[in-house]
Amino acid sequence: METKNIMIVGVGGQGTLLASKLLGRLLLGRGYDVKVSEVHGMSQRGGSVVTYVRWGDQVYSPIIDKGEADCILSFELLEAARYTEYLKPGGRIIVNSQQVNPMPVIAGTAVYPEGLTEKMAALEIQVDAINALALAEEAGSSKAVNLVLMGRLSKHFDFTQEEWMEAIEHSVPPKFLEMNKKAFELGQSA
Amino acid sequence: MKTLMLGNEAVARGLYEAGCSFVSSYPGTPSTEITECAAKYEEIYAEWAPNEKVALEAALGASLAGKRSFCAMKHVGLNVAADPLFTISYTGVNAGLIIGVADDAGMHSSQNEQDSRHYAKASKVPMLEPADSAEGLAFAKLAYELSEQYDTAVLLKMCTRVSHSQSVVETGERRMPAQKAYEKNPAKYIMMPANAKRRHPEVEARTRALTEWAETADINRIEPGQKNTYGIITSSTCYQYVKEALGDAYPVLKLGMIWPMPEKKIKDFAATVEKLIVVEELDGFIETHCMSLGLAVSGKELFSEIGELSQNVVKEKFGVPVPQNKALGEDIPMRPPVMCAGCPHRSIFYVLKQLNLTVLGDIGCYTLGAVQPLGAIDTTVCMGASVSGLHGFVKAGGEEKAKRSVAVIGDSTFIHSGVTGLINIAYNESNSTVIILDNSITGMTGHQQNPTTGYNLKGDPCTKISLEDLCHAVGIKRVRVVDPYDMEACRTAVKEELEAEEPSVIISRRPCALLKYVKHPGPICADPEKCKGCKACMNIGCPAISMENGRVKIDNTLCVGCGVCEQLCKFGALGAGN
Repeated sequence: METKNIMIVGVGGQGTLLASKLLGRLLLGRGYDVKVSEVHGMSQRGGSVVTYVRWGDQVYSPIIDKGEADCILSFELLEAARYTEYLKPGGRIIVNSQQVNPMPVIAGTAVYPEGLTEKMAALEIQVDAINALALAEEAGSSKAVNLVLMGRLSKHFDFTQEEWMEAIEHSVPPKFLEMNKKAFELGQSA
Repeated sequence: MKTLMLGNEAVARGLYEAGCSFVSSYPGTPSTEITECAAKYEEIYAEWAPNEKVALEAALGASLAGKRSFCAMKHVGLNVAADPLFTISYTGVNAGLIIGVADDAGMHSSQNEQDSRHYAKASKVPMLEPADSAEGLAFAKLAYELSEQYDTAVLLKMCTRVSHSQSVVETGERRMPAQKAYEKNPAKYIMMPANAKRRHPEVEARTRALTEWAETADINRIEPGQKNTYGIITSSTCYQYVKEALGDAYPVLKLGMIWPMPEKKIKDFAATVEKLIVVEELDGFIETHCMSLGLAVSGKELFSEIGELSQNVVKEKFGVPVPQNKALGEDIPMRPPVMCAGCPHRSIFYVLKQLNLTVLGDIGCYTLGAVQPLGAIDTTVCMGASVSGLHGFVKAGGEEKAKRSVAVIGDSTFIHSGVTGLINIAYNESNSTVIILDNSITGMTGHQQNPTTGYNLKGDPCTKISLEDLCHAVGIKRVRVVDPYDMEACRTAVKEELEAEEPSVIISRRPCALLKYVKHPGPICADPEKCKGCKACMNIGCPAISMENGRVKIDNTLCVGCGVCEQLCKFGALGAGN
């Protein structure tokens, strides 16, 4: 099969690494060759962070280049907009509609652009924007945004509920398992 | 068992399977997780050393004692460890010794983009270069065999993309090599001139022997291609970009050992292709080697010395169409890293900026004090350079500079190499003021313990080195501690110590706001009625504070209630929450 590519983007500290860990587990369970590439260090301090998840029969490069991503899973609206050029034509963006102001916006030297969802849709991108923060809070914690987005992603990929649940159980601490499962299901049904 | 592993984790697994018993490292992105993962194996003794030089010397000691040993560092850490490296090349080892070094092309989290491969050539120590996690595991094991067979330390060179990518590995069992007895051998281990003169020819002979090994080694493999218009030599993550971009279009010589490189194998490969092209990141290291063999080769004229490569870059240079894409065509504001909400470093930088001081900075989270709106740092060079640099700045600049400049350095960085600079300040008597930003952890690399925290790498309580006692012991009489959340106390301390007619140290002490044990009072309450929109609170660059309709707004998901902004508001619009 052709290699599939998902980019997970967000703001350092939002929990993007857990999302990639979960996906890696899921894909390995299916016997695919998998590569998951992360960047640690300075950008995790509130900077723009990117994780690449790739799977197929044989995956070489650990990174996803411009025009290659089947899907971008974004934890924040501006970050989705930042990486649209990494999408394949007609690719999909699943985005948490939450806005987190970057420092140049807070400091008043830049403006957070308006109407990003519409502008992305105008590029023939399939944009699925959900308020993942509200759903995560409904599930019990604002930290469960990653599981809400995973739930949303599950609608577009051919994995069974059992496979997803196994990957979730393997990736989150038992103490927060039920809350995370709920967040996942809220993302699926929202 | 097949599992997904980070490159660094796979190296740690390889160490474990090869019977490594001793690991000593200093943390540095992207190398840190090798040591953290190694520490999870009960059979491996693992520690954080104060710096890379100490770590490598400790690892050598363990090797001499007969145990397979390891130490890891980032590329700039190898500069610190370069002194022992060049002479370990002469002494060789007893049990196997591997030095892990992780480069950071693209500078995701580093102050320079140096190419560590030069160290292998310069120190005449062999270097292996894995291209993914499976090779990380396999090469770690192979490196021990080479180390013992050829009586040499072996460099294992990682890079951000190999260190921080997870890929599939198959794990095996741990196999312990026979314990090697230590035998006194002055001619081999005492590197005084008479002995070192006899060792140097051994080093040269070893490199020739390893070159012979490289000619037939499996890890330097030729993969056939459909057309011989081009022949590609590559290694590490660049191999992955080449295969991703070109598949098997052209033959590829993948080098797993990057020093010493084979000669005949490369010449023979070159003879089978029309044009030889080297695809490598950073410097033209393989390319230069090919040139020295008298081969016509292209490399850096196609692929930049600057930053990372990718599959699209390779496609472009080989005339393969790159995928179409659509950018938003919108000005997307940058999102640079920032100090976290509640970071204890923030307020001290605000005070330094208010006082309009020259601030010699150092390496750590607090380098972010350079970013606007704080913009409080003048220099950042390398670990420890703030303290030693301040001494020169004050000595050369005189009284005026002494009263208007400070050094800032973190607790871990101070122990790493700040303390030697402080000794120079005390000994050569410069009227310097050093601020140690003690957040009780090594922050930037992701919360590693250090000699001042009272815990070791395995998380067990251990000797805690007192910064106050250490500063006193090296001859600094004026040492005082302040709480950085109390801005007035910070201002007073800085002013008084700058005025003092002798060197002084201010320890700005409060644990990192992200540490799990730190209890926070909870978000600050903003009162839009009292807010006049003066934006004084915006000058500290806190990600939790923004303005909405001209009035202050606190992001409750980020704010921990440190209260620093409260001290900036003259109108009482910011106060403790409920």
